[in-house]
Amino acid sequence: MLELFDTYWLYFLVGQYPKGPLGGLTLTLLLAALALVLALPFGLLLGIARVSPYRALRWPVTALVFVVRGTPLLMVVFWAYFFLPTLTGKKTDQFGTMLIALVVFDGAYLAEIVRAGILGLGKGQMEAARSVGLGYAQAMRRVVLPQALRHMLPSLVNQFVSTIKETSLGYIIGLTEVSFIASQINVQVFTKPAEVYLVLGLTYFILCFGLSRFAFWLEARSQQRARPANQRVAA
Amino acid sequence: MIEFKLVNKWYGAYHALVDVSETVAKGEVVVVCGPSGSGKSTLIRTLNRLEPIQSGRILIDGRDIHGRDVKLNGLRAQIGFVFQQFNLFPHLTALQNCTLAPIELGRARPAEARAKAMALLERVGLAQKANAYPSELSGGQQQRVAIARALAQEPRLMLFDEPTSALDPEMVGEVLLVMRDLARDGMTMMCVTHEMGFARDVADRVLFMDHGKVLERATPAEFFSRAQHPRARQFLSDIRTPFANVAAAA
Repeated sequence: MLELFDTYWLYFLVGQYPKGPLGGLTLTLLLAALALVLALPFGLLLGIARVSPYRALRWPVTALVFVVRGTPLLMVVFWAYFFLPTLTGKKTDQFGTMLIALVVFDGAYLAEIVRAGILGLGKGQMEAARSVGLGYAQAMRRVVLPQALRHMLPSLVNQFVSTIKETSLGYIIGLTEVSFIASQINVQVFTKPAEVYLVLGLTYFILCFGLSRFAFWLEARSQQRARPANQRVAA
Repeated sequence: MIEFKLVNKWYGAYHALVDVSETVAKGEVVVVCGPSGSGKSTLIRTLNRLEPIQSGRILIDGRDIHGRDVKLNGLRAQIGFVFQQFNLFPHLTALQNCTLAPIELGRARPAEARAKAMALLERVGLAQKANAYPSELSGGQQQRVAIARALAQEPRLMLFDEPTSALDPEMVGEVLLVMRDLARDGMTMMCVTHEMGFARDVADRVLFMDHGKVLERATPAEFFSRAQHPRARQFLSDIRTPFANVAAAA
């Protein structure tokens, strides 16, 4: 086992870098981080559109959400990899493909979380905000979203954790992220599949667990800063 | 100041307001009462367009507020609305609840808005709670902050939608007192309420509604001593002796 680490740790962490393309755990982290950072605002916009009073905004987004929810991520990855280039005329690299697939897929799921968070708030807050003269966008930004996002935090984290795990699907299109590298190591060593995949599993677990704990801490802090109301009286 | 002209509203097939025509003068305090589902909340909610109407006109100072040229946010900023469930912004302190709109709408500089909000909190007796969050306040205190928040808009008109119905009995008085003082300062007010004591002592006029129609309009003295409409008389007797018709039914 130690010998395994000794020989392959650098390969596991960065792939063939610097002699070849960046890969391994670093690539996984990079992909996950970028996907999170891009999917959140994308999902937020989609979610707001999903509860918009304007049909022209609501309907296309609703359609997207239903399509994405009705297909496996693997399909979305295949589309991005094989179909997208026929539209753009340019071959997308594996990293870009995975990133697009993840952002679209998670954006749609995040949109549903955002929508649920906004609707879960009840219409009283929007009515109160509009009654003091705020416009719809101002009311969203200053009154509805700050509260809704706080309620959404656990579901958002859930989705983010999924995103980290979903990066492993890059394997299928030959992206040299950490699962791909682990498989390569397994092929080279050949005799120690249990050990190799145990390390891979632990790696994902630590990433996901770390993110969960971070979110937990964030939640506790935000509750300290501003206590949510216990004044939700049944209407 | 306010004129309802043959206002009609439907929720689907349900006729919520039926040919309502009323006027409210500047400085007048009008209490709207009636059984639940009679359309009284709907009526005052049409005044700041929380509810659209299907026919008729509503004029405030001669302007049709459901007209196309009306700037909705500007209209609402001139009307204070107090909700049954308070609807304070729970992520903001009492003070921030009062300063959010004036600052966000650019009607006052932050320091100015805060000073004014403090004065209003003082007026509703809650200056010492300025930095408290709504969850740290009692129901009565929350509703008083909600009134201060509405007053921070410098409204020409205040609307109250059952402001004391969600309160524990011992907190009703403190809210009604604030409303009474407001009335004495000359604020134009329309209050949907079941507080008949408030109606008797503070209101200039009482409207009684049932099934979307205004059935009775009278001064409080007239209304309580000799209401004309049988439905109004029934309502008054029901709230005076709550057990009477229950016993009769049993």
